[in-house]
Amino acid sequence: MIETNDLSKQFNNDFWAVDGVTLNVQPGKILALLGQNGAGKTTTVRMLTALLRPTRGWARVAGYDVTKNPKEIRSNVGVLTEQHGLYMRMTGEEYLDFFGNVYGLDPQARKARSDYLLQYFGIAEAARRRCGEYSKGMKQKLALARALMHDPSVLLLDEPTSAMDPESSRLVRDEIARLRSSQRTIIICTHNLAEAESLADSIAIIYRGKVLLNGTLDELKRIVLGPVEYEAKFARNFDAGKLDLPPGVTLAACSADCLRFRIEVPQAANPVLVHTLTSRNAPLVSFQEVPRKLEQVYLKTMADAQGVTYAA
Amino acid sequence: MRHNLSAIWMVARREFTDQFRDWRIVVPMLVLVTVFPFIADDTTRQAVNFMNRYGGSIILDHLIPFVVLVIGFFPLSFTLVVALESFVGEKERGTIEPLLSSPLDDLHLYLGKLLVGISTPLVFSYTSIGIYLLLVSRREVAFPSAYILALVLLLTFAHAVLMVSSAIVISVQATTIRSANLLASFVVVPVAFLLQGETFLIFWGNEDVLWFAIVGVTLLAALLVRLGLSHFRREYLLGREIDTLNFKVIGRTFRDRFKGQAESIFEWYRIELPLTLKQLRQPLMIVVGIAVIAGIASYLWVVANVPTYLDLSPERLTRFRTLIADNLVNLDEQLPAAPILFYSNARLIVISLLLGLVSFGTLGLALFIGNVAFWGGLLGGAQLVGYAPWLVFVTGLLPHGLFELPAFFLATAAMLKVGAQLVTPQPDKSLGEILLLSLADWCRIFVGIVLPLLVTAALIEIYVTPQLIKLAFSP
Repeated sequence: MIETNDLSKQFNNDFWAVDGVTLNVQPGKILALLGQNGAGKTTTVRMLTALLRPTRGWARVAGYDVTKNPKEIRSNVGVLTEQHGLYMRMTGEEYLDFFGNVYGLDPQARKARSDYLLQYFGIAEAARRRCGEYSKGMKQKLALARALMHDPSVLLLDEPTSAMDPESSRLVRDEIARLRSSQRTIIICTHNLAEAESLADSIAIIYRGKVLLNGTLDELKRIVLGPVEYEAKFARNFDAGKLDLPPGVTLAACSADCLRFRIEVPQAANPVLVHTLTSRNAPLVSFQEVPRKLEQVYLKTMADAQGVTYAA
Repeated sequence: MRHNLSAIWMVARREFTDQFRDWRIVVPMLVLVTVFPFIADDTTRQAVNFMNRYGGSIILDHLIPFVVLVIGFFPLSFTLVVALESFVGEKERGTIEPLLSSPLDDLHLYLGKLLVGISTPLVFSYTSIGIYLLLVSRREVAFPSAYILALVLLLTFAHAVLMVSSAIVISVQATTIRSANLLASFVVVPVAFLLQGETFLIFWGNEDVLWFAIVGVTLLAALLVRLGLSHFRREYLLGREIDTLNFKVIGRTFRDRFKGQAESIFEWYRIELPLTLKQLRQPLMIVVGIAVIAGIASYLWVVANVPTYLDLSPERLTRFRTLIADNLVNLDEQLPAAPILFYSNARLIVISLLLGLVSFGTLGLALFIGNVAFWGGLLGGAQLVGYAPWLVFVTGLLPHGLFELPAFFLATAAMLKVGAQLVTPQPDKSLGEILLLSLADWCRIFVGIVLPLLVTAALIEIYVTPQLIKLAFSP
């Protein structure tokens, strides 16, 4: 579990890299931290790994306080850093063995875990080659294997699929999802919004050190983009005239063969609305939610934060 | 203990593996180790031939220990490359963060890297020395004694620790290899001077004098290791991305510390200065203790030993006294102006601070001891010439010394405090911050007490002391 309250970090006595971040990630959940470069994501992760001491506020990771129990935290956290951090003159096998040793695994456990991870990520054949000879994707996989080497209960992953080909990205995403199902607590820092959308249980958008938004994807969409929109398509032109809309439903857009509604509580309003349309003999072909992506939420939030107009 | 050693070895072993797979380190080292002893051997041969033909036995006797020292030093220059790489290099390559995110203790990381930094160049260095000694043993030249060879090998070891520990301090503080390399000149230049000093000792001194160099270098190296350990912090390695001098913040931090909470000069003298003085209690006691010991030891040494070196026959003593009496007549003319005296004393205190800064107080303290020993020796000399030392002290030192001695004692104590602060772990402050705050404390003492005391002392030394000396010692 990861819990933070008013977590803040000031550098050089004048620059707040992270300012009042409050988060809560339960075991078996994934939080995606989104934000521009320099927004404070890495600094937040470094505080959660007990690498940086918070200037204000507190954080507990895997049940330990980041200022009081740094060693325990580091033993229980697996970190994938922004840069892969491989030793180029070591082989993949040696690299994993070294970190297994650092995390206190005995030689047999190291060998077994390293073989499994190398096999899982499809780099077993390159295990005896030096890391300097690996492709970008292979390096990223090996770095991820390192983070998983001691089977940590908390994972902090900075750009886990950057530089990976689509198949490898999928493999890593699957592995992250599998780790979630085994009750790991996971934070992912990413610029890949599709990845965040597909993996994260909750999303926090961070801007200049402050968390602007934090919640599930649906909550964020509702907060930023407003109520859900549904679109009714008709087989031919349909004159809606004066529709008697149920409470919590407003007409958002209207064309000859299509109507778009903004609906506060779809579960309650949709059956009534569909009934209203069909009772007016509307030649209804489809009635479905207008897809809204995380990208829209993110871009609008950023535009609002910067005081510029969001062009949808 | 066993766990600690195994963790240190784990870090070191990885570094060893990394280094010995890097041809940029291995090839130059091997070339240096195998080629240089042959060149040095040939140079020795030519030097021996030259000196056999034209004389110069003093140089000949000490030539081999000197060459051993030099040969040993060349591979040591690689300590800088290895040590500078250790933290800042890893930071630049992005490999440090996974290591720092691991449960390894700071001590394990630091000592593991220190071990590699010292041992690799040292092995090359000793190998190089071994090859040279093997080559030179075939020649018809006096082979140095095992004692002096042991001293030179010890000195080489002390050099290695000194260079590596200082390079690691730089490596932790710097944020890029480039800045670390620039800062490395602060290691190379002083060590080059040190080597020249040691060469001087080898050629012109008694070989036992080398012990002073070994003890001095080892002490400095130990302080540097302590400094590195106390300021090695994960946060420091990751918290900063670029080296910037923020003069605004520097100025503000210094001013705030110097001024404290005081709203007026009166308040500053009444509240702030006593706070700093209170912190100087311990270093002040040390300084006073050392001064008393150094003064008395010097006095006793001069009284006991000078007569064996100098001819102090009654005729010679009479000549001395006449000379002193002649000088006393023109004493006023020989003295510098009060401002010059004040400037000279103030400069000495600033020099003592600067020396203290580069040696964690030790060289500054050595300067102070030298000064006190000079006065002790002078009193001893006065006794030998036939003057009462207490009278010389009361008339020639005490009047202005009442102000000058407290000024020097306080300034030296404040300088020692700066050195001590640098090697004391303070987790919430960076090395730069500690230096800045310590300097602000030193400046409080210097500006608030030392300078006014020195002004008063200079005036008394020019206008009062000479009159008292004349009164006491004029025939």
